[in-house]
Amino acid sequence: MEQSALLTYLILIPFAGSIILFAFKEKHAQLIRWFGLFVSGLAFILSLVIYFSFDAAKPGFQFTHKVLWIDSLNVSYHVGADGISVLLILLTTFITPLTLLSSWKSIQKKVKMFTIMMLFLEVGMLGVFMSLDIFLFYIFWEVMLIPMYFIIGIWGGEQRIYASVKFFIYTMFGSLLMLVAIIWLAVYASEVTGSFTTDLLELYKIGPTIARDTQNWMFLAFLLSFAIKVPLFPLHTWLPDAHVQAPTAGSVILAGVLLKMGTYGMLRFNLPLFPQSAMQYAPFISVLAVIGIIYGALVAMVQTDMKKLVAYSSVSHLGFVVLGIFALTEESIQGAVIQMVNHGLSTGALFLLVGIVYERTHRREISYYGGIAKLVPVYATAMMIASLSSIGLPGLNGFIGEFLILLGSFKSQSLDSWWFVIFGATGVIFAAVYLLWMYERVFFGKVTNPKLESELTDLNKRELLVLIPIFVLIVWIGIYPSTFLNLTEVSTQSILQHVSSFTINLLN
Amino acid sequence: MIDYIYLTVLLPLLGFLINGLLGPKIKNEKLIGIIGSSTVGISFLVVLFALIQTVGLPADQRTNVVELFTWLNVAGLNIKFAYLVDPLSLTMAMVVTGVGFLIHVYSIGYMHGDKAFWKFFAYLNLFIFAMMNLILGDNFVVLFLGWEGVGLCSYLLIGFWYEKNFEKGTVPQAAKKAFIVNRIGDFGFLLGMFLIYSTFDSLNFLDVFSKAEYFPVSEATFGLIAIFLFIGAKGKSAQIPLFVWLPDAMAGPTPVSALIHAATMVTAGVYMVARASIIFASAPAVMTVVAVIGMLTAFFAATIGLVQNDIKKVLAYSTVSQLGYMFLALGVGAFSAGIFHVMTHAFFKALLFLGAGSIIHSMHEEQNIQKYGNLKKYMPKTFITFVIAAFAISGFPGLSGFFSKDEILWYSYANGNLFFWIVGAITAVLTAFYMFRLVTLTFFGKERFNKSEKHPHESPAVMTIPLMILAFLAVVGGYIGIPEIFSGEHGNVFHNWLMPVFAAADRKMAVYGTHTHLEEIVLMVISVAAALGAIYAAYIIYTKRIEVANKTASKLKGLYTTLFNKYYVDEAYEFAVIKPIQKGSEKLLWKFFDVKIVDGIVNGAASLVDVVSSVIRKMQTGVAQFYLIIMSLGIALVLFWIILSL
Repeated sequence: MEQSALLTYLILIPFAGSIILFAFKEKHAQLIRWFGLFVSGLAFILSLVIYFSFDAAKPGFQFTHKVLWIDSLNVSYHVGADGISVLLILLTTFITPLTLLSSWKSIQKKVKMFTIMMLFLEVGMLGVFMSLDIFLFYIFWEVMLIPMYFIIGIWGGEQRIYASVKFFIYTMFGSLLMLVAIIWLAVYASEVTGSFTTDLLELYKIGPTIARDTQNWMFLAFLLSFAIKVPLFPLHTWLPDAHVQAPTAGSVILAGVLLKMGTYGMLRFNLPLFPQSAMQYAPFISVLAVIGIIYGALVAMVQTDMKKLVAYSSVSHLGFVVLGIFALTEESIQGAVIQMVNHGLSTGALFLLVGIVYERTHRREISYYGGIAKLVPVYATAMMIASLSSIGLPGLNGFIGEFLILLGSFKSQSLDSWWFVIFGATGVIFAAVYLLWMYERVFFGKVTNPKLESELTDLNKRELLVLIPIFVLIVWIGIYPSTFLNLTEVSTQSILQHVSSFTINLLN
Repeated sequence: MIDYIYLTVLLPLLGFLINGLLGPKIKNEKLIGIIGSSTVGISFLVVLFALIQTVGLPADQRTNVVELFTWLNVAGLNIKFAYLVDPLSLTMAMVVTGVGFLIHVYSIGYMHGDKAFWKFFAYLNLFIFAMMNLILGDNFVVLFLGWEGVGLCSYLLIGFWYEKNFEKGTVPQAAKKAFIVNRIGDFGFLLGMFLIYSTFDSLNFLDVFSKAEYFPVSEATFGLIAIFLFIGAKGKSAQIPLFVWLPDAMAGPTPVSALIHAATMVTAGVYMVARASIIFASAPAVMTVVAVIGMLTAFFAATIGLVQNDIKKVLAYSTVSQLGYMFLALGVGAFSAGIFHVMTHAFFKALLFLGAGSIIHSMHEEQNIQKYGNLKKYMPKTFITFVIAAFAISGFPGLSGFFSKDEILWYSYANGNLFFWIVGAITAVLTAFYMFRLVTLTFFGKERFNKSEKHPHESPAVMTIPLMILAFLAVVGGYIGIPEIFSGEHGNVFHNWLMPVFAAADRKMAVYGTHTHLEEIVLMVISVAAALGAIYAAYIIYTKRIEVANKTASKLKGLYTTLFNKYYVDEAYEFAVIKPIQKGSEKLLWKFFDVKIVDGIVNGAASLVDVVSSVIRKMQTGVAQFYLIIMSLGIALVLFWIILSL
């Protein structure tokens, strides 16, 4: 395979940026902000270069870069990207500068540390999406917990300590089991091939040969770790706390990118490494996914806190993604991948918007607001667009993902029942209920709270600058999704071919 | 012009963008109104020329597809933004752009002085954009784009005056209700699409329909697809049990009620069923369901209409009822009769609503017909056009409603059975009665309002001219569909025009028994005579014998209050569906399951670790001797274990 260091450069940019930032003086807050924006902007530009030099028609990983790292364990620094990786890398580098820009005013204490953490977080996220060595993957996966822990714990709300510890321990718990599975895999590889290896591409060949009983345990160990991250019902209770307590930028990154690491892990590890187990557990996982769709929506409906409402809606939306992955059809997985991006955009936008009024009023309760469409019309329009995108209105992005997922799941052979889709599709109704109800109570009617008239001001130029790129993508994906679907088509097909080559006899 | 049909989609979109983005800066109402109206007006001309061009083609070449670009291309799914130009879509497009244009013009007068005048026109244009996608889309997904798009516009426009109260609740609540009930229907529609895709491997109309005719697909599968699609149609077209949103939709400005909630959007369900006629025709059992639901909706909505006092409410229930007729027609396989009624209904019902708007305007937002009276004196143009529409909807011979309604009644008997006809005919009588109750209470008798407070006046020309054009259409619109009994074999122009679209469905359906012309004449005479009697009775009762109405109401108090409260359907939904879901989600799912169970386990595990470690911690005494004892014990245990396992 052709080697290319492009991806390594991409990781190095935010990494170097965060190192350099240590040399800055805390009092130069404005300079630090601009520097952070510059660095993350640079990373975005480089990821665009990667996007344009990526050949979507070729199967396999491109821009691979392999350097032997730990000789005795045969662990390498091995990165590479297929279409799915490229898409999620783009999402990461797209969201990061926007969150930095959104924190321009809201983060006033320890700006230097905050910017360092955000850039460091970007390193971890990018690493996760490009690692082709499971040991390396595990490092990035864990590394990324640290900045997030601090972001919630230092810049969060009143209960930030509880939330950050809960977040940390929940995820840590899952990861440990994954680590055990990783070690077991490496040992197994040395038994089969004679050499210890953690290289993903090698393990793709070995994983499916593991005896079914053991394979199931391996599968479940990986799954638990990813399911917590997604989060899949009933492992979701860290999410509302983390989201509500995190600063806006943290929530946006959390919803926009971090949760996708779970679903990405399922696609990258669970399916190809343990295809037989994936096929066996597909109905079980899909049941949890569908429960999550409905449960998340119903609980979102009765929330009194706007941020918590959006947080629970994530449980519902990610349920769609998991359903799409385990339906194991091309339509549904393509839908799941695009839905990862969609959720990042629409939920990201919702968190940004909730954060914008919070910055002005320091209140998140729905009941504090009422009739504000009259006071802040531009803001109201922006919230309407973000809500409609989240509701899945055709013509906007959310529809494309949900439609493909449900369409594919309906004819899925691994699920082999319409009930998944029949129940899952009710999420379409409930999404309209909880978002429009929130919208009605916050924006419509008469202005109920006279304080709002002085507190609220409409979106300023900086906030528009953050939101408009997201809205452009929301419409773009809604009208012309081919740009993105073409990118992931071949990668999706190769995952499916790989899985079906091992499971074809299981279906009958 | 067929090749340029996409202009009818793009122009309204352009109008939406211009008025939506620049509206607050333009400020000039006239300019905003002209921009909004002209995009629809030009679209109408494009449709007209495309229609003329299509008429000029031989009957078997009248189906053309105009492709723009690929929307979704995943695995076997290939969805294009492509528009299907055929007799059915052209007919619908003529109505939507034609009536739509008139209502845009009328709105310039009606919305004059509103602080969000620009927004109103932006939304109206967005609606036309979505509606044209719905009608012209060459596949189910583009249709669905329009389908949900019109739902959104309906939501935005019902909630247009979002600060106001509406009946027991608020305007935004009515808007939300419309959107959500529609979404319940959309849920069915989605499932229908999934089943179509998994059955036919396509969602493209021409592809699916040609396969539907020849593929060996079981009747059960057809039945399920048809049921799913019909659930979708019920939501959009307000049929039992999903009709509850439409009366509340009257919270929106009256031109919206005319355009969206009478003439165009609510007929989308009828259009969709007609478009998928081959699927429905392949599922005879579902056809019967469609007919029965249509019949029941027509009847029950009409009974509610008898006792309502809000002028828009009467018209809303009338719309539900007329939509029921259309489904009755579809259900008995008279697809072109259903579409014919869509068209004539668009003329006279839009006219009735715009007339109502004109009245409400001049009566300072008063909507209670009990507080009107003798308005014919003050607003003659509104009066004459309104009465024409009332006669048309009542099926007065020679007017448009006569031809379309009579055709439906006839087919409900000829293709269906006598029972369908009887309920249909009774509904026609009820329709005539409630319409003329409305007309009489509004325009005749004495003024029942305070003349020193209210000064009714005729509306400006920008509003009355659209009324007159619609009145003209309500009179002559029926003559393109003169039934064969009068026009001779194959003399029904409208039927012949749509024939190629429904040919496959006609082939599929069973051959029906033949009926004589005499039967048709007799049934027609009976229903018309009864309707005329009802008109006369309504006029007499509400001008001279008002005590008859009051006595009947007090004598049948139970029935009256049941009807007045719309059979308590809203209350039943609130009690049986909405409250349980809300309470259950809050108390059971969130506060119990999430907080107590899941977090209980999580936090419990954490405190368990805490407790255990606080116990173990005590062993860390710092006394070296203690550690030594423990160590020796450990070594002993290990040794013991090794010895045992030897």
